Amino acid sequence: MSTESLSSTEKPVKFVSGITVRLVGDSGDGMQLLGQQLTNTSALLGNDVATFPDFPAEIRAPRGTRAGVSGFQVQFASHEVHTPGDTLDALVAMNPAALVTNLADLPKGGLLIVNEDSFEEKDLKLAKLNTSPLEDPSMENYRLIKVPMTRLTKEAVAEFGLGSKDADRCKNFFAMGLVYWLYGRNMDATLRFIHGKFGAGKSVIADANEKALRSGWAFGETIEALGHSYNVEAAKLTPGTYRNIMGNQALAWGLLAAAQRSGKEVFYASYPITPASDILHELARYKNFGVCTFQAEDEIAAVCAAIGAAYGGQMGVTTSSGPGIALKTEAMGLAIMLELPLLVIDVQRGGPSTGLPTKTEQADLLQVMFGRNGEAPLPVLAARSPGDCFEIVQEAWMLATQLMLPVVVLSDGYIANGAEPWLIPDVSKLSPIKIEHPQGNNNPNGPFKPYLRNELLARPWAIPGTPGLMHRVGGIEKEDGTGNISYDPENHQKMVNIRAQKVANAAKLLPPQQVLGPQSGELLVLSWGGTYGACLTAVQQAQEAGRSVALAHVRYLNPFPSNLGEIISRYEKVLIPELNMGQLRMLIRSRYLVDAVGYNKVKGKPFTVTELFEKICEMTKSAHRPNAVSTK
Amino acid sequence: MSTALNVLKADDFASDQDVRWCPGCGDYSILAQMKKVLPEIGIPPEQTVFISGIGCSSRFPYYVNTYGVHSIHGRAPAVATGLKLSRPDLSVWVITGDGDALSIGGNHFIHLLRRNVDLNIVLFNNRIYGLTKGQYSPTSVEGQITKSTPMGVVDHPLNPISIAIGAEATFIARSVDSNIKHLATVLKRAAAHRGTSFVEVYQNCNVFNDGAFSYAQDKATRDDTTIELEHGKPMIFGKNRDKGIRLNGLSLEVVDLADGKVKEDDLLFHDEQADPVLVYLLSRMRHPAFPEPIGVFRNVVHETFEEAVRGQIDQAVSQRGKGDLQKLFNSGDTWTVKA
Repeated sequence: MSTESLSSTEKPVKFVSGITVRLVGDSGDGMQLLGQQLTNTSALLGNDVATFPDFPAEIRAPRGTRAGVSGFQVQFASHEVHTPGDTLDALVAMNPAALVTNLADLPKGGLLIVNEDSFEEKDLKLAKLNTSPLEDPSMENYRLIKVPMTRLTKEAVAEFGLGSKDADRCKNFFAMGLVYWLYGRNMDATLRFIHGKFGAGKSVIADANEKALRSGWAFGETIEALGHSYNVEAAKLTPGTYRNIMGNQALAWGLLAAAQRSGKEVFYASYPITPASDILHELARYKNFGVCTFQAEDEIAAVCAAIGAAYGGQMGVTTSSGPGIALKTEAMGLAIMLELPLLVIDVQRGGPSTGLPTKTEQADLLQVMFGRNGEAPLPVLAARSPGDCFEIVQEAWMLATQLMLPVVVLSDGYIANGAEPWLIPDVSKLSPIKIEHPQGNNNPNGPFKPYLRNELLARPWAIPGTPGLMHRVGGIEKEDGTGNISYDPENHQKMVNIRAQKVANAAKLLPPQQVLGPQSGELLVLSWGGTYGACLTAVQQAQEAGRSVALAHVRYLNPFPSNLGEIISRYEKVLIPELNMGQLRMLIRSRYLVDAVGYNKVKGKPFTVTELFEKICEMTKSAHRPNAVSTK
Repeated sequence: MSTALNVLKADDFASDQDVRWCPGCGDYSILAQMKKVLPEIGIPPEQTVFISGIGCSSRFPYYVNTYGVHSIHGRAPAVATGLKLSRPDLSVWVITGDGDALSIGGNHFIHLLRRNVDLNIVLFNNRIYGLTKGQYSPTSVEGQITKSTPMGVVDHPLNPISIAIGAEATFIARSVDSNIKHLATVLKRAAAHRGTSFVEVYQNCNVFNDGAFSYAQDKATRDDTTIELEHGKPMIFGKNRDKGIRLNGLSLEVVDLADGKVKEDDLLFHDEQADPVLVYLLSRMRHPAFPEPIGVFRNVVHETFEEAVRGQIDQAVSQRGKGDLQKLFNSGDTWTVKA
């Protein structure tokens, strides 16, 4: 079978500007893989893409049940997109449980493709259904395409002599082939993937999966129910070379870049936890970059090992999610006292306690701000998108080393597992992060003073192995300058003030807050973290609808950018949408005494653009035109 | 470089800080022996790091003029592991106590031992919480009256040596604070071992648990209540060296050598490379039924953790070449958007 025979369709092609597809099935059905392939292929075709993987915490929840449904939503478009899309153009459901738990998001007239072979009585029973949803009169609302995927796949791969189970496993590629035909997706990248993944030693599996993919494509071409296919042209992105990148991957790569820029090697210590573990997996692959990964016995050991490495002069990093950050709390306070550079990365998930391990939330902001004993501030930065994770960890490392303190980076499950096109940076143009380890004694009249400070109040990072600079650090309050144990009341006040001022000094090293839209007006939307895409899109839509609204997306949550208060004062109202019950709002209200309004949701899902757009419209007058002046 | 100038003395390791342990505390003796043996070990102060947790013993790093970290309760093994992994060139000591290592830090303690990180851990066992003023610890004996157990301790105590052999530590030893010659020898042997060296030191807290180890400390009794382990030698003890330890099935027993019925050859010969089962049996020898062994229980050589970890890094570099960021970023599927 040649690629040429399937590379173009005989049927008419309808060009559209964007498509949102959700693929849903059992958690063992390979929906995540299917979604990643569709994303990658669309990105390679030059579309802008945004994704939303949504899967259960259980590895294999009972088959066919509603609890076991795993989904992957992707929007690909010929224009910039910042969210995976509010409403679906197409829903592909591999079983009844997947269908009934997702149908609400498919609007009337939407395309619904189902594997009709999995709507037998036993399947309905597993989904707790008495009658088949396919027989329901409401199905008339959708363009329902019933495909006997299981049977067709088995027939297609019969020639390879696979067992029944292995043959059945190929059906996700059959579904993929059909989707690829429908949206004019080129199969080359996925074929490369199939042969790369299954090629070695078991090429029959690879061949069978290829056959299933091609059969799905041919099925689309053949059946009369699908009169035409769609296509989405390339988006006009900034010129350059792109690749698709996921948040946790970008974060790992950002750490590699930060290490190279500062002439350090990454010492990465962590304990497995969803949704941060992929950072460990990713970094463990890059030992040839000098990366040392240490899977510690627990969260506390992980952060403490990173502190040990920092004392030794290396780039100490630990990552976790909310429950693990809670355990690291005391050690983070130690790093504040030792005044050592350290990165603590929190990939947030639904809480409290174990909460919703695989679902997204932004509810750890106050934990990382205040969750330590004593007066223990530290800088907090938040990534806004998968690609931004690459940038933000480098900024965090710059702060940590220039100020000698631990820095927290917030990501979340949505960013961690989401993907977007990433403009590949020119590594030769990455600027160095300057780090000095003193070689000589800074005290002509006695022993080395480990807490003698520079103009930013940072202490010298003297490391073991340096003759003459032996010194002891510890969690007990220290005398400024000498670092000796001190219980002196005046000294304690002074040290608390210094540690706070060091954090405040971070604002001097960071860019000022930018505003998108009018520089003054009726409403300012203040957003942070992974809700950037939805907030940006909603604000842009509201601006187009004539509302007086601007967006300030805050990447630096502690300290706030020095111009933030002044920006806030130029708007009549402030709206702070958050996937928590109002944590940034609490900080903004207390800091700037502004009556900010919240839009809050904790359902384990990202915001839809529509709900934010409606909230913005509710808070603004329709007659307003946006001010002429606007900056990016 | 003149070697004559580089001969290290105890003073080279003395810091300028006032030592703030209670007068008469056993910690002074351990500090003195450490300062005595450090120059003999010959590693310069700038290459040496002491890491401690929380407790009386954990103030130790302030009193030696090396690099040091006084960390948080129970976590010194984790801090030390991170330091040693990233800086294998350094000589690292962990100073801890019975509460620090076996209660709040129990998890880190066993994982340090099983990984065999090349560092030395000295556990000051005084069977009490001293710094918090007298609560019972995981090594306090059953029935012990303390501030938190006015009617006596009901917990069964942990045996540090048994825990260490359970975690398959490669070097396990015990000494006594007042037995300064023995202590110095054990510390030196610990330092010489490649891998995790674990040393339990019986240490008297004269304020909150005075005399807990007097049987092992007093010159009058210690020859009968302790037995010095010597590699390759029969296990003989007693002021008159007239008692021995014999293996009987899966148990140890005290035998009398005086009447000549039992010969030296019938005794258990100490073997530092013996099966862990035997080390475990030795760890169970408790006063007063048995003399308590002091010296080196076990000394075997395994690959160290940092050798294995750094070895994989070196292997990755030699197999795949030094990592190239630009190549990594451009790997896999990419596409170009033209201007």
